[in-house]
Formats: sequence, structure tokens, C-alpha cells
Amino acid sequence: MTVPLLQVEDLNVWFDLEDGRELHAVQGVSLGLDEGERVGLVGESGCGKTTTILAVMGLLPPSASVGGRVVLEGEDILFQGEDSVSPHRWVDIAMVFQGAMNAFNPVKTIGDQIVEPMELHGTASGRLARRQAGELLERVGIPAARARSYPHQFSGGMRQRAAIAMALACKPRILLADEPTTALDVMVQAQILQLLVGLADDFGLALVLVTHDLPVVAQVCERGAVMYAGEIVEAGSTDTLYHDPRHPYTRLLFSATPDLHEESDVVFIPGTPPRLDHELVGCPFAPRCDRVFAPCASLKPRLVPTAPDHSAACHLNDPAMRAAS
Amino acid sequence: MTTNGATPLLEVEDLVTRFSVPRGLVGTLSGRPKLAVKAVDGVTFSLGQGEMLALVGESGSGKTTTAQTILRLVDAESGTIRFQGEDISKASGKTMRALRRHAQLIFQDPYESLDPRFRVRATVEEPLLVHGEGGSSSEREQHIRDALARAGLNPPELFLDRYPHELSGGQRQRVAIAASLVLDPELLVADEPVSMLDVSIRAGILTLLDELRRSGLGILMITHDLSTAAHYADRIAVMYLGRIVEEGPAREVVQNPKHPYTKALISVVPQRDPRAAVKPQILTGETPNPIAIPAGCRFNPRCPIAIPECRATDPELRVPAGARADHRAACIRA
Repeated sequence: MTVPLLQVEDLNVWFDLEDGRELHAVQGVSLGLDEGERVGLVGESGCGKTTTILAVMGLLPPSASVGGRVVLEGEDILFQGEDSVSPHRWVDIAMVFQGAMNAFNPVKTIGDQIVEPMELHGTASGRLARRQAGELLERVGIPAARARSYPHQFSGGMRQRAAIAMALACKPRILLADEPTTALDVMVQAQILQLLVGLADDFGLALVLVTHDLPVVAQVCERGAVMYAGEIVEAGSTDTLYHDPRHPYTRLLFSATPDLHEESDVVFIPGTPPRLDHELVGCPFAPRCDRVFAPCASLKPRLVPTAPDHSAACHLNDPAMRAAS
Repeated sequence: MTTNGATPLLEVEDLVTRFSVPRGLVGTLSGRPKLAVKAVDGVTFSLGQGEMLALVGESGSGKTTTAQTILRLVDAESGTIRFQGEDISKASGKTMRALRRHAQLIFQDPYESLDPRFRVRATVEEPLLVHGEGGSSSEREQHIRDALARAGLNPPELFLDRYPHELSGGQRQRVAIAASLVLDPELLVADEPVSMLDVSIRAGILTLLDELRRSGLGILMITHDLSTAAHYADRIAVMYLGRIVEEGPAREVVQNPKHPYTKALISVVPQRDPRAAVKPQILTGETPNPIAIPAGCRFNPRCPIAIPECRATDPELRVPAGARADHRAACIRA
């Protein structure tokens, strides 16, 4: 078996709260990523998906403590904190932040802002860097001459393209994209998704797409991981997630998403996700689950394989557990 | 679905709303020509009692301005708005105030539309106080409880004394809906009522709106989400650059679209099933600037099937060949 390009192992993130307690935002997340692969990380607000990828980037605030390993081609880059992450940040792993298109410096040209990471990380400088910035803009669908434009001269869709170009400035092999299409119109969303898929295909770029939007993952990614209350509750190919979900949350989340071409009823999942500032007992989804049974209240299900390349954290998949109750 | 030829709840005819673009001091002194954005440019539709119409479009299509003009939050330049048969497009002061209690607005963001210092009781009571309605304080209390119950906050006692920060996003939106129901309106305008909410609780709010529609309210829903419109609305009107380009029964518009813009929009909506055979027809560029609306058909520069005549003719909404009588599209090629 070949070593995956990136392997996140048992990642945990705690945030210190002002009152001295801790919030366990990411709880034992493991995730593998191969070259050129497109993986979706799906979940609702507060489930820990953004915190997970910020931890991979080593960009969490000082109030966070991180446990676990982030292994890039066999090397644990979290091991020595900032010292071991920073050589890889932007160079091997880059990120498009949520709302990146509104985070450009308004008084610098787009081109200058794409050149900046190149010079900072020493991958290119001067005329070479400018030429590369122009090429990157062309690749994301913006004429190279527009490098001299300022952010306000771009439309929202163009700024999002420029933000992607900027993330690619140092030729990373992994791109983490946090809700890259959330504030965009559906037609512009389609353009950006097409661009991301094209980049993954052309450059062998591995893509982690973080979103709350299941249909986007279904159409763009080969694999998906569904997060709930800080942990991955189900992971597998997007095809099995839709056609053979093994966690009620995955099934309900699909049923809660209206589909343009199906007339089936849209369900709503009563209740809200649990707070993560105290230790949870049992399955975190149990209070909202429509298939809850005896062990769910007291015993926390572990993420275990249900089929090759498919795993879920639900007692329903354990025949012994079902027989006993 | 207008009730047996009776007067529709709301009739909008050839509505035009224009915003002037500031020229700045230099522009004014140098006599630069005055520019205006035609945000709404000839919109016509009607809405019956017990009906939900979804105005669907991308940002800048004019859907929110249309809603604001109908509620007279901005002034129309021309056109008529009839509410229960009465022309309200020029109504002012007292008449308008009386009308406002019959037509209520639900905002997009329940995190911002509720006053954080108001308990739920005060938020829902405020419309009664503003309009001097609801009688004595104990009668008002009953109205408040009824409105909360109608909005699905049961039992109301559990919520009356809470502050917004003690409520979930879905509960906040229900409080906002309760505040709009307390005056017992006939028309609800819901501007992207679920776009700020998590997917798992959206259906709860949309089902509530559906129940209100069944109970006889007319609902105008503004949304960018075609899937939501297809599931919950009776009819869909697709807007592009200030105009309705297609309008008809919701399922009919989605399954049998006639306008090339609607067709393209439908083709790019991501589907839940990864096996779904999708052929996204991705239009290049973005919606053009409404200061300079293209001549002829406003969609022609991005249209995949445009012919030279499309640059000359501004198409009217009409029933295309082979379509149902209540399905209209503004395209000479449809």
C-alpha cells in the first residue's frame, strides 16, 4: 500500500474558554488524502470542519491546543508546532479561507498580492514572480493584464478566482477550500466548482472541500466525510454516502436538502447539535436521531468500517448490539 | 390558483423602480449625465390568497427591490400595485399605515432582525403597540401567545421571557414570524427566510410557511434557491436584470423550462445523487450591470441560442408554443 499524500490521525482540538473550561471542538478526526483526490468535509455550523482544516494548516489561535498527527508524505508536520508546519504552509498545503474574496488588501493590486506569498516563501521573485502571477490568473480564468487591477475593480466571482490563484501561488499539492462558493450565485458557484475540479485534474492537486452543502460535495468530490459535534460520523465514497448511508445523520441530512428534480418530502431534524464544552455521554446524535435504541444513550459509538472504504459511527451497524436490545 | 375569479390578493403591473447613481461633486459640476439603475424594470404578476409565489433570481436580478417596492419601502417610478383590489402605489401616510398591518415582511437574518435587548414577549408585542391594536394588556398577551403557537413555538410560556441569545437560529426565525403574524396579516413577504439557517432546520421553517399558506395567507418568497422554490412554492417567477423572464406553476417551470436562462440555471443546480447525469450549461461571465441593460432581449449577450433578432426585440412574457396556458416566458425563440 502506498503512503497517502496527507494523513490526519486522531486530531483533537480544545479551545480554552474564558471561564476556565475547555471546548472540545475536534474529537479524534482521522482523514486520508491521495494525490489528485477530491474529498468533501461536510457538516453544519459548529461541527468542527473549519477548525479541522485550520489545525492542518497550523493556523489556530493561541487559545487552542492540538493533539494528534498531521502526516505529510510520512512526516508529522504538527510534531514541533509552528517550526515544523511553517515550511509546508502555502508551499505544500494551501487554503482558501471562507470569505477570502472579501479579505484582499484594498490598496494593493491583485497581482502584488499574488506575488507576496511567492517572495515570502522564496519560490519566485521579481519578474519571474510577476510572470507566474499572470499565468495563475489566466489559469483561473482572469486575463493576466488584470493583475494591475485593485480588488474593488473585480466582481465577487473574479475575486474568488483571484483568491484561489493566490492560494496556488507557491504551487502547493494540497488545497483546502473552506466554503468556496457559499456567498456566490448559483451560476458563479458552478464556474468556481468547475475551476476547482479542473485544477485538481490538471495539476494533480488534492482538494479538501469544506462545505455545509451536500449536493456540492456529491457533484464535485469522490469521497466525503460527514462531521457532527466535532467528529466524523461517516466517511466513504460520495456514492455510498447517498445510496447506502450507514449513519442516520447522513441519511437525514440528505433528506433535509431539497433536490430540484425529486418531489420527495424534505425532512427537518428536530433539536440542535450538543454543546461541546462538557464531556458527552453516549452518541452525540442520539437526542435528534430517528433510529435511537437502547445503547445510544450511554455508549458512544466508534467510527468503524462497515464495508471497504466506508465507515460509520453508529450502533445500528453492530449486529450484536442490535440483537442484545 | 386565484380563488374563483375573485380579486387577487396582490396584483403588480408593469412595476418600475429606479435608483439614481450619485455622480459626486466633480461629476455634477462637469455636467456628467445622470445615471440610474433600473433595479425593477417592468414587473407584472399576481398573487392569490392561499398561494405561495417564489421570486427566484441571482443577486442583482431585482427580486428584493421588487418586494421592497410592493411594501412601499422604496418608491416605484411607475406601474401599479393593487392590494385586495385597491391601488396602493400612490397611497401615503394614514392609508399606508393601515395597509402595513395587512402585509408583513420576514427578513433573511434572524440573528440581526431581532433586538437583542428585547424578550420574545416584547418583540412580538411591538407590532401591536405600533399599530395601537390588541386591546388591553391581557388581551395583547393572548394575541402574543396565539402568534407564538402559530409559529410553532409551543408551549408559548416556554419562550415568552427568553432573550434572542437563548434561542437557536430556527427558534429566532420563528419568533420573527410570530411578530409578523400577530397583526393577522393577509400577505407575508419572506426574503430568503432560511438562507442563514442550517440545512437540518430549514425544512421546519419552510413547512411552517407552507402551513400558513394553507391557512389562507398569500406568501411572496424571495429566494436564490430553485430547489426550495420548486418544493414549496405554487408558482415560480424567474427574474433576470429587473424583469420576470419566465413564470408558471413551480413543477412546470422546473421540469419544462422554456427560457434559456431558466434552463441554464436549472442545469447548474447541484443534485444530491452523485450518479445524477448532469450536463451543466455554465454561462460565462456574471449578470451585467443594471446601469447598462443590453438592448433587445436583456439576456442576449449571454444567451446560448441568441439570433440577430434578439438584439433588436425586447421580448414580452407570453405563453410559448406547447406550454400550459399558465406558463409564460419572455423569449422569441421559446
